Amino acid sequence: MTPQDTKPYRIGKAQLDLLAELTNANGVSGDESEVREMIRKKVTPLADEIKADAMGNLLVIKHARKTNALRVMVDAHMDEVGFMIVDQDGDGLFEFVQVGGGDERQFISKAVVVGKEKLPGVIGFKPIHLTPKNERDSKIPLDSLRIDLGPAGKDKARRGDFAAYATRFSRSGDTIFAKVLDDRLGCATLIELLRTAPAEIELLTSFSAQEEIGLRGAKVAAYDFEPQIVIAVDSTPAYDFPRPDGNQNTQYNCKIGSGPAIYLADRGTLSDPRLVRFISRTAEENGIPYQFRQPGGGGTNAGALHLTRSGIPAVSVSIPGRYAHTPIMMASVTDWQNTVSLLKNVLDNLSPAVLLEERP
Amino acid sequence: MKTLLKKLTETAAPSGYESAVREMIRSEIASLSKDIKVDSLGNLIVTLGKKTDQGLKVMIDAHMDEIGFMVSHVEKNGQVRFSNLGTLLPHYLAGSRVLFLNGVRGTVNFDRSDDQHKVPSLDKYFIDVGSVNDKDCTVAIGDVGIFDEPFVDLGNRVAAKALDNRSSCAVLIETMKRIRSTPHELVFVFSAQEETQTRGATTASYAIEPDLSITVDTTPSLDLLGVKMQVDLGKGPAIKLRDTGMLADPKVVAWMEKTAKNNKIPYQLEVLDIGTTNARAIQVSKSGMPSGVISIPCRYVHSPSEVIDMTDLQQTVELLTALLGEPILLS
Amino acid sequence: MENITPFLLSLISEAGLSGFEEPVRKKIAEKWTPLVDELSTSPLGSLHGLRKAAEGKKRPSLMIAAHMDAIGLMVKQVEDGMVWITRIGGVDARMLPGQPVTIHGKEDLPGVVQMLPDRLLNEDQQGKAPTFEHLFVDSGRSSKELEKLVRPGDLVSFQQAPIELDGGNVAGHSMDNRASVAALTVCLQEIRNVNLAWDVLAVATTREEISLAGARTSAFGLHPDLAIAVDVTFGKGPGSNDYRTFPLGGGPTIGTGSDNHPALTRKFVALAEELDMPHGLEAMPENSGTDGMVLPVTAGGIPTVVLGVPLRYMHTTVEMATVKDIDRTGRLLARFITQLTEDSLTTLFEEEPV
Repeated sequence: MTPQDTKPYRIGKAQLDLLAELTNANGVSGDESEVREMIRKKVTPLADEIKADAMGNLLVIKHARKTNALRVMVDAHMDEVGFMIVDQDGDGLFEFVQVGGGDERQFISKAVVVGKEKLPGVIGFKPIHLTPKNERDSKIPLDSLRIDLGPAGKDKARRGDFAAYATRFSRSGDTIFAKVLDDRLGCATLIELLRTAPAEIELLTSFSAQEEIGLRGAKVAAYDFEPQIVIAVDSTPAYDFPRPDGNQNTQYNCKIGSGPAIYLADRGTLSDPRLVRFISRTAEENGIPYQFRQPGGGGTNAGALHLTRSGIPAVSVSIPGRYAHTPIMMASVTDWQNTVSLLKNVLDNLSPAVLLEERP
Repeated sequence: MKTLLKKLTETAAPSGYESAVREMIRSEIASLSKDIKVDSLGNLIVTLGKKTDQGLKVMIDAHMDEIGFMVSHVEKNGQVRFSNLGTLLPHYLAGSRVLFLNGVRGTVNFDRSDDQHKVPSLDKYFIDVGSVNDKDCTVAIGDVGIFDEPFVDLGNRVAAKALDNRSSCAVLIETMKRIRSTPHELVFVFSAQEETQTRGATTASYAIEPDLSITVDTTPSLDLLGVKMQVDLGKGPAIKLRDTGMLADPKVVAWMEKTAKNNKIPYQLEVLDIGTTNARAIQVSKSGMPSGVISIPCRYVHSPSEVIDMTDLQQTVELLTALLGEPILLS
Repeated sequence: MENITPFLLSLISEAGLSGFEEPVRKKIAEKWTPLVDELSTSPLGSLHGLRKAAEGKKRPSLMIAAHMDAIGLMVKQVEDGMVWITRIGGVDARMLPGQPVTIHGKEDLPGVVQMLPDRLLNEDQQGKAPTFEHLFVDSGRSSKELEKLVRPGDLVSFQQAPIELDGGNVAGHSMDNRASVAALTVCLQEIRNVNLAWDVLAVATTREEISLAGARTSAFGLHPDLAIAVDVTFGKGPGSNDYRTFPLGGGPTIGTGSDNHPALTRKFVALAEELDMPHGLEAMPENSGTDGMVLPVTAGGIPTVVLGVPLRYMHTTVEMATVKDIDRTGRLLARFITQLTEDSLTTLFEEEPV
């Protein structure tokens, strides 16, 4: 075990500023370059090796300070759900499509930024006054929406340009309001882990691309690293609301305030029970609150990572968040703090002994 | 083979948690090979024989996992909500019995609704383990279980849960015991996590790099109304031509047919419109390989009481043994 | 430049169903023999044609994939004198009634695909669009003959003959993706006598229409440094007029987003503009639905771009394209190849280091 600073880990101004920068940046799946370069600048002083690969992943290695160290990979995705401009109507109006899975009811009446120059635009829609009564109850069809750069916007955007929500980071007490906490929280967490990488671990960090459109970056990230263990760090929805019918909510997925969410099973991965056990025990031994994310749908990059080459024992640990894939996400600073703290302790204590017994 | 089949089907080993059946299989074949491995996903990999000049490295795969349940929430009144491991068909759930890996037993039922004629969705079901509240419940989130149903001897046919795919595991075990000599390196893989999207086979085939692969799995037979299906019990093993995930290599199909004919083993031809097998993943591993599938006809697949014909099973063993004992000439 | 039309017509007259590509592979191999240095076949039947670079220190390689397989039909069951069929690939059942086909059983049996008459169906099924459940091939043969000649797994191919329309336009089945194979052939012809700095691997892939298995396994085995997928894209036509569609005669399309590495998109657009070639930019926000989906994520990753040949009526037996677009696509590929140097891997990606 690495001799550690006995002060408990705390999220402070530096961490929140980092998160603000990351969430304010744009990286719609397919062009993560702004986020990638921002992260590259921050990890350069922390890492031994850095490179970007063909998919646009940023692969960062912090070497162990011993030989034959356990090779542990941690992954967070850089990309976000957003929009792609596909056609021009004229008059500054642009037809667009979604990139990744967002509920289209969330697009209406929002501010966006378009392209590398971050041109301001809006997604508006027909005023209520002009909407006949029988239409008001229907969903607004996606293909009737436009991104509007204003009447002076003609030709200012082209097919292929990406657009993201214009949301800016803010904080109120324990609550963070920002876009793309899924998964800039993961990215910020990985940067924090690089700061205090333990000497006994070969820490292989991937900031991956195109997770939201099929775990595509992750498909190749582990191929290069060839880790012995992989942990995906993401954000998972907290649906912990009261049900309108008064019945118990049995499908909350996870809860805000209950700490890091350890995955048992999702649509893409059956977590390695040895790792689930190790992480939950580490939390208990260090007095860190944690929860099990309900098994069922959804998925993280672990889905692609664990099937790389001859297979890798894998698990996901996520920070609970609300309203993923919408303009404003929310998360708890305390949950984030506990997640980073847990993962630090995990890395400090991981050893080949974890994999000695066969997978149950 | 009924004794072996009974042992295998009565073992609890859902996707992701296969160790109980892996240990059972390991004990059955331990004396047959010195080259036995378990990889990081839990696949059991057993190698027999050495590749000669005329030989190939052949991967023979049968998944050992079964569909199951994972606890997702315990209600205040002690009723247990669950998620599925693999495809659980709601039609087969009401009234069924469950056994959790920690020994707890329960029964499945569903929330009543206004429409009694519709089959409820999975989230409307719950398991009653006899607990009266969530604090004292004998299971918790993450606990896994399987259908709790004993093997039943129906004469020449048998009923059991997990005949998909323990019947194929039995075929592989029997084949391994019968093979006297082979020009090939035979890598038998009892794979994990097939029911959850053919995962074990994906990583096993990467590591093994076979020249050719044969997957043995069960296939649905004549029990689905309104769907044309020509495969049925009592007509022998089925040589699969196509399913939704892959097309068998025509040369492998021809080789299988020729071998069946030469050894006077009855067989059927299978063109399936629903479902797929591990072969989908194995065929496209690395640079790809000729791949085929031998199917054991099975009724009521994914129910707690699947049914197969023992003669079909025996003939599948004969076919596989014949295929693996001779040089393989793919024209 | 040689007229590619006769080769194209011969390609779409040849069977080559996904998983059973041998007939068309033979045709392509014949054509490519004088154009490449080595020809080989992958374990899953893809044709690899290697055009070697001139001797040099570094020899990076470029793989260009054009799938040679086509969608079609297969016999599912022979019952009561009827031959019931299933599809291989994305065949829209609605185009099948009245379609002339051949059942490749022990003999080749000509027939027509038809559906059960309404009077024999339940009221709630009458007048509805056909589904595979109710489609069969009528060959006029008796039950007895069929039992002897036809069995499950037999292939059924389309009999629609190629149609040469005025103005250099061609229609027929399997234009998806033989039009691209023709374009790749044009490229090989263009670079025939040129000294190359890179190895070029022309790959006619198999099984694209069902599983992309050919492209994926070929890319793994060949491990190229760059990859290009050439497939047909949606041509503007009746009912097909939005941003996903491109005019016939408007030249090749170049993909942007997801499967396409931004540096390669930029390069191809720049080259097309240099050549004064009409072209389109094809938005691929999530995936291209082509071999290009698997190339970028093979092994450790391969920078990829997807080019398209506009095609009307995709996945019907009257798919239509303009030969000029095929020529242009081939020339654009050739131009990309001839401007490659030993250092292109560094210079191409200067803005986005790989």
